[in-house]
Amino acid sequence: MDPMAEIRLTFFQECEEQLTALENGLLGMQEGSADSELVNAVFRAVHSIKGGAGAFKLNTLVSFAHVFETALDKVRSGSIVPDADAMKLFLRAADALSDLVSASRDGAVLDTAPYAAIEEEFDALLGGAGGAAEDDDFQSLDFQPVTTAFSGEDAAPEATTAPARSSFLIRFRPLRELFAKANDPLALFRELTRLGRLQAQCDIKNLPFLDTMEPEDSYLSWELRLESDCDIAAVKEVFDFVDGDCDLSIEVGLPAQPAVMAAAPEASGPPPRIVQDGQADVAVPPPSVAPLPAPAEAEAAAQPKASARTAVQPTIRVDLDRVDRLINLVGELVINQAMLTQRVLHSSHVRDREVTSSLEELERLTREIQESVMAIRAQPVRPLFQRMSRIVREVADATGKDVRLRTEGEATEVDKTVVELLADPLTHMIRNAVDHGLETPEQRIAAGKAPEGTVRLAAAHRSGRVIIEVSDDGAGINRPRVLQKAIANGLVPPDSQLNDSEIDNLLFLPGFSTAQSISNISGRGVGMDVVKRSIQALGGRISIASSPGQGSTFTLSLPLTLAVLDGIVVTVDEQTFVIPLTAIVETVKHEQSRIHHVGEHSFVLRVRDVLVPLIDVGAELGVRPPANQVRSGVAILIETANGSRSALLVDNIQDQRQVVIKSLETNYKRVDGIAAATILGDGRVAMILDVDALVGLRHHDWSSTEIPFAKAS
Amino acid sequence: MNATILTVDDSRTMRDMLRMALTDAGFRVIQAEDGLHGLDVLRQEMPEVIITDINMPRMDGFGFIEAVRQDAKYRAVPILVLTTESDEEKKLRARRAGATGWIVKPFDPVKLVSAIRRVAA
Repeated sequence: MDPMAEIRLTFFQECEEQLTALENGLLGMQEGSADSELVNAVFRAVHSIKGGAGAFKLNTLVSFAHVFETALDKVRSGSIVPDADAMKLFLRAADALSDLVSASRDGAVLDTAPYAAIEEEFDALLGGAGGAAEDDDFQSLDFQPVTTAFSGEDAAPEATTAPARSSFLIRFRPLRELFAKANDPLALFRELTRLGRLQAQCDIKNLPFLDTMEPEDSYLSWELRLESDCDIAAVKEVFDFVDGDCDLSIEVGLPAQPAVMAAAPEASGPPPRIVQDGQADVAVPPPSVAPLPAPAEAEAAAQPKASARTAVQPTIRVDLDRVDRLINLVGELVINQAMLTQRVLHSSHVRDREVTSSLEELERLTREIQESVMAIRAQPVRPLFQRMSRIVREVADATGKDVRLRTEGEATEVDKTVVELLADPLTHMIRNAVDHGLETPEQRIAAGKAPEGTVRLAAAHRSGRVIIEVSDDGAGINRPRVLQKAIANGLVPPDSQLNDSEIDNLLFLPGFSTAQSISNISGRGVGMDVVKRSIQALGGRISIASSPGQGSTFTLSLPLTLAVLDGIVVTVDEQTFVIPLTAIVETVKHEQSRIHHVGEHSFVLRVRDVLVPLIDVGAELGVRPPANQVRSGVAILIETANGSRSALLVDNIQDQRQVVIKSLETNYKRVDGIAAATILGDGRVAMILDVDALVGLRHHDWSSTEIPFAKAS
Repeated sequence: MNATILTVDDSRTMRDMLRMALTDAGFRVIQAEDGLHGLDVLRQEMPEVIITDINMPRMDGFGFIEAVRQDAKYRAVPILVLTTESDEEKKLRARRAGATGWIVKPFDPVKLVSAIRRVAA
């Protein structure tokens, strides 16, 4: 990649980081934090985006960032106190800035109207035209592309081609401040020689005797004659940095004389010469002032360095491919280690305690490596949560509701893919919470609540899974209305008697919508059924809790990683299968007395007075033919993602263990009822059951044989 | 020119750009991410010129310049500050802190090198 393209890439990556910092900071400010470093961080984020954008000539981005930054600078200096309205403007500006960055990155054509509107609001905030004028000025800057190839020497003008040479007489007397700022007359003179022919004469008459000399003071002055074709501005520019730190006069127009040398020596001092090192001794303090640190000192100096390092966690960027390859290899390692253990224990070494303890150590280490490697893919949910605050603002604006988003547990880490795939369902849930969950401020006041509603988004680790809760303090689910709607839509029979939880779960049925009208907020053709399916696709579950007048909570339970799975290893007709532990409720005895025959090859099992379908896994997957008598074995009660229960009949249970998921689709092809494959300790391939699909297959069978489950009870 | 330049900037983009422009011009470039980090680097290196940003976390450009100027060993090292626009107030503040000169961002490589030449001994 060409270096500029690479830097451009870095710039946009950095923009993302800055935008995150910006939003974080603004939210912190909105929460009422008076930390000045917070305002600084916010300012820096915008400033930094502007700086980079300028280099890439992203002028729209630059000018917007500039107006934003100007306002933030005023906050920083205390001349604007950010009230609630100002904070809202800042947050909207942050969203707009984010859009601008994306558009700039993708080279999209921009509708500048919304940005102009925000800029106008900023102007109003800044108190009128002052900011705008400055802004125009700024926009007119022509940014130089930095791709120009150059070497230090190219910049020198070619004196020989100059048609009109003029002569400059420069009188220059540095003050001690010039040296204090580490400026060096020699460097300036050298720069002048690049403009043309230079003669310099040093005046040393003020130089005191050595015993009275103050080493950091300035005693010398120069008279310089420059013959050059450049204009006076170029000469002045050389002295730009020392402006105010020297006495300087530049006279122009003296006729260029070949004998400048002869005209120059009017002083009685030494003959004119191009100054070399004379004043450098003055500029640089004598060595005694600047002793090299003694070894002990140097060591002491190294101490704070170590602490500084720990303050900033060093990071490296790695291709995701490499991480995934590593995860895959570790997966193989886990399998291999399990195989090795099994083989050794079955061989004659079994009594050798050293061998077994080494194997245990190997297993522990392998597991630790696996966990560490998985942790590489883990990412905090923070960025995801931050995106949600924007959603909340947008929906709140569109619905005229006052909403505050509270987030908890943003540092909770989840697998990168899970985080990515969670964005859409979470967005929808947040939209729902604001649009359907919360009441309007008037309704809230009428209900005796604060006009501002709260949406809470929380993440936490709980027993090897990630729990994400989206809750609101709104009116709660209107159950009579939900039921009415479900009946009207033909989702449940008119005479249905459903309990609260059953009614709540109707929300997850395809084609359900409680909104009075299809609003353009939540109703984007996506219902909670799609949310539920996305969560299930991640190996997760979703549940609702709601109480009238107090609000609703949607709880997501997700796996930490998609690469391993806790499962129960079962045998069916000498084949080995794995049932995901998350689907399993319990194992149940299946005495003949509890089994009811409900049709050809169809049975139900009574579990505590509830009848559940009994599914013969072997028959279902075609491992063996369906039987008319229930085989002996073990029944495992499972719950599918939609909450319905079934019992799976297997021959026996071997083990409970963590297995590494190997895609069946990429290695073979998709098989109904099978989610993936894994390799067991003994080297055999085992299929991981797709419990939901398996139950689905079963339902399909039933409808074809026309034996409704209801008749059995 | 094989002089060493220390660049202090919290923005990776800016560090990368400076590195590219300076390396192209034949300088050796060492980098720091903020003022404190810059002081760390100075304990091990003696650059000919320092280029520093102003707005940085932990220790900003003003603090960094003051700290460098207070250290007898580094008080004669020229420091150029990066300013985004010709912000007079920040420029003046940086000069009062002891900055030798300034570079206006977005910088033109030719001007960048000429600024360095004007301060490098």
